[in-house]
Amino acid sequence: MTNPWDATSEHLLRELAPQVLGAVSRRFRDFSSAEDAVQEAMIAAFTQWPEEGIPDNPRGWLIQVASRRLTDQVRGEIARRERETAVARETDIVVPTVEIESDMDPDDTLILLFMCCHPALTSSSAIALTLRAVGGLTTAEIANAFLVPEATMAQRISRAKQNIKASGVPFRVPSPQEHSERLPVVLHVLYLIFNEGYASSIGSHLQRLDLAREAIRLTRCAKGLLPEDAEVTGLLALMLLTDARRAARTGPDEELIPLDKQDRTLWDQAKISEGIELLTATLSKGSVGLYQLQAAIAAVHDEAARAEDTDWPQILALYELLKRVAPSPMITLNHAIAAAMVHGPSKSLELLRALDKGARLAGHYRLDAVRAHLLEMVGDHESAIKHYRIAASRTTSIPERNYLMTQAARLAGD
Amino acid sequence: MKYIIMMNTMRAGHGVPEWPQKDLQAHIAFMIGLNKELQQSGEFVSAEGLSFPDQAKLVQAGKDGLPVTDGIFPESKEFLAGYWIVDVDSPERAYAIAARVSAAPGAGGKPLNMPIEVRPIMSGPPPEML
Repeated sequence: MTNPWDATSEHLLRELAPQVLGAVSRRFRDFSSAEDAVQEAMIAAFTQWPEEGIPDNPRGWLIQVASRRLTDQVRGEIARRERETAVARETDIVVPTVEIESDMDPDDTLILLFMCCHPALTSSSAIALTLRAVGGLTTAEIANAFLVPEATMAQRISRAKQNIKASGVPFRVPSPQEHSERLPVVLHVLYLIFNEGYASSIGSHLQRLDLAREAIRLTRCAKGLLPEDAEVTGLLALMLLTDARRAARTGPDEELIPLDKQDRTLWDQAKISEGIELLTATLSKGSVGLYQLQAAIAAVHDEAARAEDTDWPQILALYELLKRVAPSPMITLNHAIAAAMVHGPSKSLELLRALDKGARLAGHYRLDAVRAHLLEMVGDHESAIKHYRIAASRTTSIPERNYLMTQAARLAGD
Repeated sequence: MKYIIMMNTMRAGHGVPEWPQKDLQAHIAFMIGLNKELQQSGEFVSAEGLSFPDQAKLVQAGKDGLPVTDGIFPESKEFLAGYWIVDVDSPERAYAIAARVSAAPGAGGKPLNMPIEVRPIMSGPPPEML
């Protein structure tokens, strides 16, 4: 008995990936090999199901295929050792028996998320492993999304697993203390996946996997597992409220269109409503964190029908809170912009002078870009042009460089 | 056969081109359009743009093997601005693409006629040697 493959099937298959990996890891007590075996089972399913239909028990099918791969591997390994030691004797090969349970353990997905977003990993390897083990993506898809060769991505994933093994994290639900220590890392990795997708959707890499959508899917899943955690919900709201503007933020030549110049009728109202609803629900619980506050700022922008309707005093107040909750030079910089919109640019230019002395932001293109913008506001076009050009020569993003060069050219032409 | 098409047009000490906005936008649109065209023709392998020369560093290992960096370059030095790798049927086709790049519009919409370096990319051993 099978069911036909349709547009929702890929989604179903991806949701099953971490559950299957959880079941197989626990049975074989080897996360690293189990992860490889599940990847092979996923590729088998992606090849066979669209043609042959989806088996009645897709999860059982995947567990069985992955377990068979692992069993073959264990047998092969034993046989190799026997040959090497030249011990010719009959061996009873003990491989765990595979019985298909019908129940699911949703905790497995959570365990995996915490495992892959492990502090022992660099963010690039945590991202790669999370997309494969929790997101159910193939190595080829992930490699394509990051524009690196598949062999490079495979190596990155395998090194990530070695690091996890070396760090000795057991395969279990984190204790409450581990949970609170490590949740920020999990959220940060999800945030980075979203940002990568958001940044790379500009440019000529049209065939790339939609990482922003994938990040939203994974964060939605995390929210389902941790419904009480306000920051998880805050992060999901932030992603939705930002992604809602996607269609409006680039022009026909892929040029960046800043928020105040966007055609707001192109904003996705369904995403905005969902984001605002999620945010309202978490804010009513009382606690505020980094992602909730950023989501709140995104929501204020999204709620303005025209750029001039933006409630800047509210945005400024939110940045002041953000500066206290999660102080960083980048937040100080954004705070300066909001302050300029409320109190005028002169005071904000002073705020920037303080950042020139800080080691983290001095020489960063964003500082020059914001300074150029404020200088333009005070009418000092000559200095604004100079700083737009400095920012253009320092950014490492081509769409942003084009944008900043065009800003300088626009002022020079006035 | 694969070719690398290199745009060696940047000069040390020269930053962002100071062209009028319209010309700058035409240049950007030309480059984006060319990439799309090469993707649609199935010849595009990869393309990258590089940062301006003021971000460039010359690195050499010192006696202790540690990096020694130098960021000061003579005015006359030319810099790679970006490159394309294309997979085409003939060298002539690679030259034709290079000529398109060379004639990219600059200030006043006039073709820049930049010198473009085209070099074959080494491939695997030929079948008769396998």
